[in-house]
Amino acid sequence: MDTGMQDISKTSKILVGIVLMILGFLMILPFLWMFLSSFKTSTEISLSQSFWPKHWTIDNYENLFTNGSFGIYIKNTLIITMASFIGLFLNAMAGYGFAKFDFKGRKFLFMAVLATMMIPGQVTMIPVYLILNQMQLTNTLLGIVLPGLVGAFGIFLFRQFMSNIPDSIVEAARLDGAGEWYIFFHLILPISKPVLAVQGILTFIGGWNAFLWPLIIANDQKYYTLSVGLQLLQGQHTSDYGLQMAGSSFMVIPIVIIFVIFQKYILQGFNIQMDK
Amino acid sequence: MHSSFLKKIVPYTFVFPALLLLAIFSLIPIVIALLISFTGLDITGLGDWSQIKFIGFSNYLQLFQDSAFLQSIMNTVVYVLVGVPLVIVISLTIAILINSGRNGFFKMMRLVFYTPSITNTVAIAVVWTYLYNPSLGLFNTLLAKVGVGPIGWLTDPNVAKFSLIILAVWKAVGLNMLIFLAALQGVPRSLYEAAELDGANYWEQTRHITLPSLKFSIFFVTVTTLIGWFQFFDEPFIMTKGGPLNSTNSVALFVYQNGFQNSNFGYAAAGSFVMFVAIIVATLIQFKLQEKQRGE
Repeated sequence: MDTGMQDISKTSKILVGIVLMILGFLMILPFLWMFLSSFKTSTEISLSQSFWPKHWTIDNYENLFTNGSFGIYIKNTLIITMASFIGLFLNAMAGYGFAKFDFKGRKFLFMAVLATMMIPGQVTMIPVYLILNQMQLTNTLLGIVLPGLVGAFGIFLFRQFMSNIPDSIVEAARLDGAGEWYIFFHLILPISKPVLAVQGILTFIGGWNAFLWPLIIANDQKYYTLSVGLQLLQGQHTSDYGLQMAGSSFMVIPIVIIFVIFQKYILQGFNIQMDK
Repeated sequence: MHSSFLKKIVPYTFVFPALLLLAIFSLIPIVIALLISFTGLDITGLGDWSQIKFIGFSNYLQLFQDSAFLQSIMNTVVYVLVGVPLVIVISLTIAILINSGRNGFFKMMRLVFYTPSITNTVAIAVVWTYLYNPSLGLFNTLLAKVGVGPIGWLTDPNVAKFSLIILAVWKAVGLNMLIFLAALQGVPRSLYEAAELDGANYWEQTRHITLPSLKFSIFFVTVTTLIGWFQFFDEPFIMTKGGPLNSTNSVALFVYQNGFQNSNFGYAAAGSFVMFVAIIVATLIQFKLQEKQRGE
């Protein structure tokens, strides 16, 4: 290894380790507290603040589904997450178009794509709502999905990756008589697996965590996502912390598990970003 | 002739769907936002377009006489001035600490510090509201054990702003730490070895090799963090609704409240443009500073 490390002595390494362990414990303390509290009864929460639950209970989790409508929220969240994978595909298509074709207006259009990254969400929030309202898409799942379906950052990352695919491979396929879409599906997408993996995970996390658009667009509880539902739950059961922590655990833990499984790909994704 | 036309059209079929969506939901809205910021568009105008009145700069003039808006600007300035340096210093420090080792422990720490960044803001805000609870919360319980408190984390107007900053810094550290780590791992080891031969100690190496090598990533993190804090929204929205006494209200939340709770779309659009201009100016200043540094 010839990059990236300063030499330090064994003792200072152990010291650094101890400091990191203390800081790291503080970082995950809120999650530990959330998870443990979700198994406490509401009487226990109001009477004592011990770390471990005295009487473990899963009532809070059952309540999410019986009193709350978490079943519906999960269904909506999964539909929205799946739909955002269509956006992932459109990003890949656009990335390929910008990477491997020379066409009129390419530079200008790509700059326009990058420019959208700088626009703050709050500026477009109201006009987008008005546009969706005009299209009669407010209070529909489609209206929740559409505004965030494609993103400049995704297009940018796909373009970066696909630019590095040698032109000769594409040319050879063309000479063999393969159509442009055949090349895209059978050649480009399989080669792009690493970037698809990163983007796929980020898309899943983004869809699972989506909050602002579902909040603005959905007026009806039957279109609420987990995030919006959890916020509603907090408003309705202000002091039932056990229930709130169960709802939070329900949102946080799947993402942490997915992240732990796929972390290798996500960290690779950061190297791609930092190259250019 | 026919096939050459088809050939010309192919690239556009790949980029068209994404460009169409970006145009409808990002580029056109900017123009619309600017237009409606000069109108008194509200809920009646939404149903009947003939009711929309052009009112020139009135929204903008009114904004700067609106004490709630001025307060939200002041709060946002505090968020930016306190939050941005904290995020940069803490994530850089942790990246340097984590970079001192390569074994499983240090890899796990990377994961631990990154976790808050990927978890849902609503869930985090709900958990922290509980942690901050005056009587039942973990923080006051721990403080009471050492005889401090109780602190009104979210109820005291002087404290609430900083409680939100602590939470937002905790959440932001992981992502920026990863960006710094990626940059740190690209620093040539030979530089350190040469410095060591010259007798430079750890701190001198950090100051004269590590930090200068990270110039670009520090710039990158500064700009993105700055833009992020200018738009500070989720935490005050979920945890305090801008209170107590408007002490945590941000410009972004002000825009949301006026747009979607009071349906004053024109007024809110004007507020959002003030924010947009502030972001552009702050970003340009950063770029200028970066250029100046490079020139030296």
